[in-house]
Amino acid sequence: MEIVLAIMIGILYAAGIYMILRRSLVKLILGIIILGNGANLLIFLLGRITKGSPPIIPGDLKVFEAAYADPIPQALILTAIVISFGLQSFAIILIKRAYKVVKTDDLDEMNAIDQDS
Amino acid sequence: MTQQLVLYPLLLQLFLSIILMFSWKRISWQRVISILGGILNLGVSIWLFAYIWENGTQTIQAGNWEAPFGITFVADTLAVTLVLLTSISGVAVSAFSASSIIPARLKFGYFPIFHFLLLGLIGAFLTGDIFNLYVWFEIIIISSFVLITLGGEKAQLEGAVKYFTLNILASMIFLTAIAVLYGLTGSLNMADLSIKVAAIENRGLVEITAILFLVAFGIKAAVFPLYFWLPASYHTPPSAVSAIFGGLLTKVGVYALIRVFTLIFVGDVFMQDTILVMAILTLISGGLGALIQTNLRKVFSYLIICHIGYMIIGLGMYTEVAIAGTIFYLIHDIVVKTNLFMVGGLIYRIKGTNNIKSLGGLYAEYPRLSLLIAIPLFSLVGIPPLSGFWPKLSLLNAGFNDQNWWAMGAILFASLITLVIIAKVWSNVVWKDKVELPKRINFRYFENLNKTRKIQLVAPIVFLSLISLYIGFGAEHVQQLSTRVAGELMDNQQYIDAVFKTGQNLKP
Repeated sequence: MEIVLAIMIGILYAAGIYMILRRSLVKLILGIIILGNGANLLIFLLGRITKGSPPIIPGDLKVFEAAYADPIPQALILTAIVISFGLQSFAIILIKRAYKVVKTDDLDEMNAIDQDS
Repeated sequence: MTQQLVLYPLLLQLFLSIILMFSWKRISWQRVISILGGILNLGVSIWLFAYIWENGTQTIQAGNWEAPFGITFVADTLAVTLVLLTSISGVAVSAFSASSIIPARLKFGYFPIFHFLLLGLIGAFLTGDIFNLYVWFEIIIISSFVLITLGGEKAQLEGAVKYFTLNILASMIFLTAIAVLYGLTGSLNMADLSIKVAAIENRGLVEITAILFLVAFGIKAAVFPLYFWLPASYHTPPSAVSAIFGGLLTKVGVYALIRVFTLIFVGDVFMQDTILVMAILTLISGGLGALIQTNLRKVFSYLIICHIGYMIIGLGMYTEVAIAGTIFYLIHDIVVKTNLFMVGGLIYRIKGTNNIKSLGGLYAEYPRLSLLIAIPLFSLVGIPPLSGFWPKLSLLNAGFNDQNWWAMGAILFASLITLVIIAKVWSNVVWKDKVELPKRINFRYFENLNKTRKIQLVAPIVFLSLISLYIGFGAEHVQQLSTRVAGELMDNQQYIDAVFKTGQNLKP
């Protein structure tokens, strides 16, 4: 399971970075989304995957005795997902506005600010 | 009561943002609330600073969860100094915004977002948890995205696309670095990480994590070769926004670098050399970039990059004198850079342009204002006894102790270039004969503003100039402060003890 996830994370990072390097604005956003998903899965993987043992102490015990799934990575991913969701929705609105105003989705043509005013 | 003091500046900003959101449509209320709230926040920050100065590092555990498990807020001297500077810049920019930002922008929630930005900055300085730092960074960048796009002019949107992409990429790299670090240590608390990272045997992975952090914070701090988003975007929003960005946003990246590389990844020679090389190249490339620009605010943008080099170079040399120089420069730079962008805004308001070729004759028209503008400009160069001189002296001293001629050369070169640039700006904007410009219609020139508005524009510049003068003439006190901060940073046992409450004698 770990090896499959590791390969998948690698693919997601590579695909995300490739998309960010493209010139189109839409592909840029897609790249950011894919990269974000890769990062979230990476946290999940590095928190050690444990199957079918929730982090709940049985009633008659005081501490954990068996291995249990670490809840912190899940909390981290949840936070990161919410944050990236907010940022991505902002990004989509931003590119829509930018496309309307600049009238191109080619990043190379967005260079009016580099010329002197 | 006093333990919660650590959180007061944070809670106050949150409270202010909420009040401001409730008075969404009432712009005149928002102006008053923002300025009064800023003054109150300044008071609270001074109180916190004085308390930490007397009693040493204070911590508070969120929800009373013991140190490695809960989220810790740590107020050490570095954090409270930066909170104080944030409050100083915050109140100045609040007052400046009240007059210089047009009502159309204010109607779309400029002030609430501005205070959310300050909230994020203060949170980032005070937190002692690496994931919490990530969350504060996100609050900072989402607020800054709104501020940079507010108004939706063409240049703003183009700048925002670049700013957005690079910053979000930095966040992703930061998140990746946190994931790897958590996988290695199983901890997120910075003090705990400091102990656990030192004990890891697989140094190769630690080094890679350190590089991930360096790249993530390097993009935020705009060091060579990761700075290209900054000159593409910082001159596009209104100057009040550029002022808070230029003064504080890159500095939070520098703060994170300082924190991570003095607490978690300590004593790694390869990383120190990498930082040193990046710093030297930042100093040179930022300076050369500023030399060829003709837009005043672009010149200042490149100068931000150039002077980030001074802060990173001390971290690269990693001696107590060098870190003290870095901290002193950080203190000086936040005040001066905020002030410079406001000066840029004021000049724009007077002349209707920021192109230094078309500017001129400011001294003939406004002699007293020109003298005022001289203070931040020449503080930046560091003409003794103004504030930029002393930290450079510390850094040169540190370079000399290390026999590090490359670093010394870069410091002197960047200093010289800054002098050339500021001399060019000064002679073009202030001394050159007036250039006749076509009058812009629908533009509110400075001379047509009413008296309150004029005071609101000039008073923040006076305020920050006075603080600059204090940093220059009262350098002894600031040096004492920076030396103490450097001592705390070099001896990170103090920080760890404060978080885990192991040492009883927290007083330095």
